[in-house]
Amino acid sequence: MLITCPYCGPRDVSEYTYQGDGNRTRPEPASTDQEAWNAYVYDRVNIAGAHHEIWQHSGGCRAHLAVVRSTTTHKIASVGFVREAGHRKHERHARPGAKA
Amino acid sequence: MAEYSAFALLKNALSGNRDWRPAWRKPDPKPTYDVIIVGGGGHGLSTAYYLAKEHGITNVAVLEKGYLGSGNVGRNTVTVRSNYLLPQNIRFYEHSMKMWEELSHDLNYNVMFSQRGVLALGHSPGQIDEFARRGNAMRHLGVDAELMDVAAIKKLMPGIDETASARFPIVGGLMQRRAGTARHDAVAWGYARAADRRGVDILENCEVNGFIKDGDRVVGVTTSRGEIRAKKIAVAVAGSTGHVMRMAGVDRLPIESHVLQAFVTESIKPFLDTVVTFGMGHFYMNQSDKGGLVYGGDIDGYNSYAQRGNLPIVEDVMSEMLALFPSLAPVRVLRSWGGIMDMSMDGSPIITTGPLPGMYLNCGWCYGGFKATPASGFCFAHTIARDQPHEFNAPFSLDRFHSGAVIDDKGQGATPRLH
Repeated sequence: MLITCPYCGPRDVSEYTYQGDGNRTRPEPASTDQEAWNAYVYDRVNIAGAHHEIWQHSGGCRAHLAVVRSTTTHKIASVGFVREAGHRKHERHARPGAKA
Repeated sequence: MAEYSAFALLKNALSGNRDWRPAWRKPDPKPTYDVIIVGGGGHGLSTAYYLAKEHGITNVAVLEKGYLGSGNVGRNTVTVRSNYLLPQNIRFYEHSMKMWEELSHDLNYNVMFSQRGVLALGHSPGQIDEFARRGNAMRHLGVDAELMDVAAIKKLMPGIDETASARFPIVGGLMQRRAGTARHDAVAWGYARAADRRGVDILENCEVNGFIKDGDRVVGVTTSRGEIRAKKIAVAVAGSTGHVMRMAGVDRLPIESHVLQAFVTESIKPFLDTVVTFGMGHFYMNQSDKGGLVYGGDIDGYNSYAQRGNLPIVEDVMSEMLALFPSLAPVRVLRSWGGIMDMSMDGSPIITTGPLPGMYLNCGWCYGGFKATPASGFCFAHTIARDQPHEFNAPFSLDRFHSGAVIDDKGQGATPRLH
């Protein structure tokens, strides 16, 4: 399986680290909503088909990537930076008090 | 139905083996059943058998999308063991082990259960301390466990590299002698025949493509062979749980599906008497009765429903095999395959009522579904028949992830690819 890193180009999957399901939304750090935290930690979409997920190019430029990949064929539909628009929901929340 | 005995063998031998009858019927679906079990793998078939045998519920259909044995029940590496640490897991898997010991007699079908032992190798004093702790936990609950030193391990498996120059020198190991292997196809066929003989309909090539609901309650399924209704619908589809449950409107569960690759070599002379697992990576191997070495390693590590993997893990598994047994370098690999694991968030299974009214769910087997086959069916049948769990599966609830009572035997937290 090849993943095309936007910086480095197509590289073997062994250069990347899987960071998991990209469909999860982390609650605000100050949130005390237990159900929301439980859902974030434990519940997964686990779809058979186009799956939004996060990979890190840990053996290359180390960028965090938002990847849409078919879990039935391993075919990759798109790769983008996690920080870019459209993938903002995957972004880690800033620490409380940090500048937005 | 075909009964297997010395007399039947002799009689059929004399008539040229032309009169054997099929092991199970091929009925057409009835419009309604008391219980529908979605998934004709080991767990689905054993559930049907114990529903009939233990609870007298025989108006049951088992729905299999392909043919029997085409899914995970034929894709595993056949190991049976109960060497767990936490009491909930030890009790459940030891119950399974005791059922394995009687299974061939119970089913009148030789499942080729072979108590050849399972040896976990340790490579540091700390790991041996952990094995001692685990062994004590097992013996405390009446399960056999024994620490072995390097000399005893070398005697048991002469092919192993026990020298200090090995990549990860061996310090010792934890052996469970009652553990071993069984023939996976025979387990599926034996349960199918025994369930069929008690009146269960086994419907092959019957793929579920939707659920029929009355309000919230699940009352039936639509399949490639038409609509079938039932009072109770049980789902035991292992790696396909996420996909099937989405059809019922449950779009998030505490599981991920991952591919696990396995390999078999050409047949060689007797080389390995036991099942061995490698403590410095993740590798396990046994030798089949035909002589092929059957082995596997880690899951590929990312969500997958494809029953095939990718090459980095192939290389990883081969390198681990050669780290343990350098002499196997010239042995050729015959074939490899992939099965889909439903990895739960704490590495322990889920056998529960719900999550919808009228529904029952059996999933989250991670690497270890095969060894659980008898106890899983036994406990799931109890849960379906009585609408409450058996004492052995009471800890394996779906809400444990939200109540905080997770059973994290490996201590890896909510990262399923690490379990």
